[in-house]
Amino acid sequence: MSDPSVRVEDKLFYNRYLVDAGRAHIKVKPHTTPPAALLNMLTLCPARCYELNEAGQVEVTVDGCVECGTCRIVAEPSGAIEWTYPRGGYGVLFKFG
Amino acid sequence: MIEEKFDAIVVGAGMAGNAAALTLAQRGLNVLQLERGEYSGSKNVQGAILYADMLEKLIPDFRDEAPLERHLVEQRFWMMDDNSHVGLHYRSEAFNEERANRYTIIRAQFDKWFSSKVKEAGATVLCETTATELVQNDKGKVIGVRTDRTGGLIHADVVVLAEGVNGLLGTRAELRTRPKPENVALAVKEMHFLPREAIESRFNLKGDEGVVIEAAGTISRGMTGMGFIYANKECVSLGIGCLVSDFQKTGETPYGLLERFKSHPSVAPLIEDSEVKEYAAHLIPEGGYKAIPKLYGDGWVVVGDAAQLNNTIHREGSNLAMTSGRIAAEAIFQVKSRKDEMSAKNLSLYKTMLDESFVMKDLKKYKDMPGLMHVNSQNFFLTYPQLVSKAMQSFVRVDGTPKAEKERKSMRAFVEARSWVGLFGDAFRLARAWR
Repeated sequence: MSDPSVRVEDKLFYNRYLVDAGRAHIKVKPHTTPPAALLNMLTLCPARCYELNEAGQVEVTVDGCVECGTCRIVAEPSGAIEWTYPRGGYGVLFKFG
Repeated sequence: MIEEKFDAIVVGAGMAGNAAALTLAQRGLNVLQLERGEYSGSKNVQGAILYADMLEKLIPDFRDEAPLERHLVEQRFWMMDDNSHVGLHYRSEAFNEERANRYTIIRAQFDKWFSSKVKEAGATVLCETTATELVQNDKGKVIGVRTDRTGGLIHADVVVLAEGVNGLLGTRAELRTRPKPENVALAVKEMHFLPREAIESRFNLKGDEGVVIEAAGTISRGMTGMGFIYANKECVSLGIGCLVSDFQKTGETPYGLLERFKSHPSVAPLIEDSEVKEYAAHLIPEGGYKAIPKLYGDGWVVVGDAAQLNNTIHREGSNLAMTSGRIAAEAIFQVKSRKDEMSAKNLSLYKTMLDESFVMKDLKKYKDMPGLMHVNSQNFFLTYPQLVSKAMQSFVRVDGTPKAEKERKSMRAFVEARSWVGLFGDAFRLARAWR
């Protein structure tokens, strides 16, 4: 079976969020060449928050984050990212969970 | 800012946190519970199955008012290859009992109700508040927490860390380390809504009967992982999870796995024409007994997923969470009743009580299973399912081949794939780890 093309944006559209504008709870450490842990996140993040920019660096956009913490496990120990929870009340608001 | 000092602060309002806060409040302690979601439940993700026995110990008459979905009358295990499944199904009329043993639930709704019981018991529940720091005195004793809302320090004699698999306070205070990628699974899940009648006919159910399907095999592409399908009243929870370290190695995407699982010919008809209303992801502790961190210290205890208390073989977690929360609270109550200090020495009572419960006994029983499944994932999740499927196909397909020849061929396929040493080794290792 080939990998069916999946539009993660469509999945995230089902969810409710309260975005804390200007206060991203995950920050990528500036780099020229991305370390392996950040490259891992390109495929591993279930909300596809991590993307490669034109300069070949990994960027994160947290608006669609489902707060699973996978990047905390993979990329935080080496210091490639800074990770914290969103401020109280912000972030994903699960209706069903 | 809250100036008051509490007997106990419970960080988190999942199964473990609610069980702890409820028990402490019922025993008359002055409890503050902190939850970062807009209400208790809005950040909580699970399949989800509720185990009645453990909730009965907290709220004996919960069935009268808790938002329950379906009581389970059937369990199906599927071993899947790309276009088939071999199933082991257990269904019994005995599960149609007045006080059913297991229910499907929807966590955000259930937890909201659970939290209402915590409030009724007298605990102060502060939502939309993220705890940011565990505060220790110069001797290292935990004396309270800081949050992003109140600013200042909130004092308590003891802090119950029920902060979930991503427990931030405990790791920030270096009471435990983050789980390693090989000790957590990443699961993604969708909620598929269907008319009630469609669910009941597709899953062979009547009334509030429910069914659980747990699936393993080529759906996880050789990674250690499982798919699940739970029937709720008017929706189906469907998801799949694999070890984070396996995702790292293979470069597979979680949503790619989910889509393939959904399009599998055994699964697709169950959710045909459904309306998806939510997409969630969550980490599940998979390290078992050997990954359990230190459970108590001066002024603190850790419970539930934050303590990695999850039985990966039986897919049980919420009951271990609830039980550890209740036991921790009972231990704290005993220490408090004796007017003793909340020191590590006195709080070790929690560990002693937990060791005597099914929580630690079950985890200890399976202490070698994670190692076996995680190391040999290709064999257990790819090779064997394919071999079993082929053998079953050969067994049931009538094509004029003599049966003895079919059997020889099937056996040969197993030996060629794994060798006699491999087959016996796998059987031996599995038996030993299961013992």
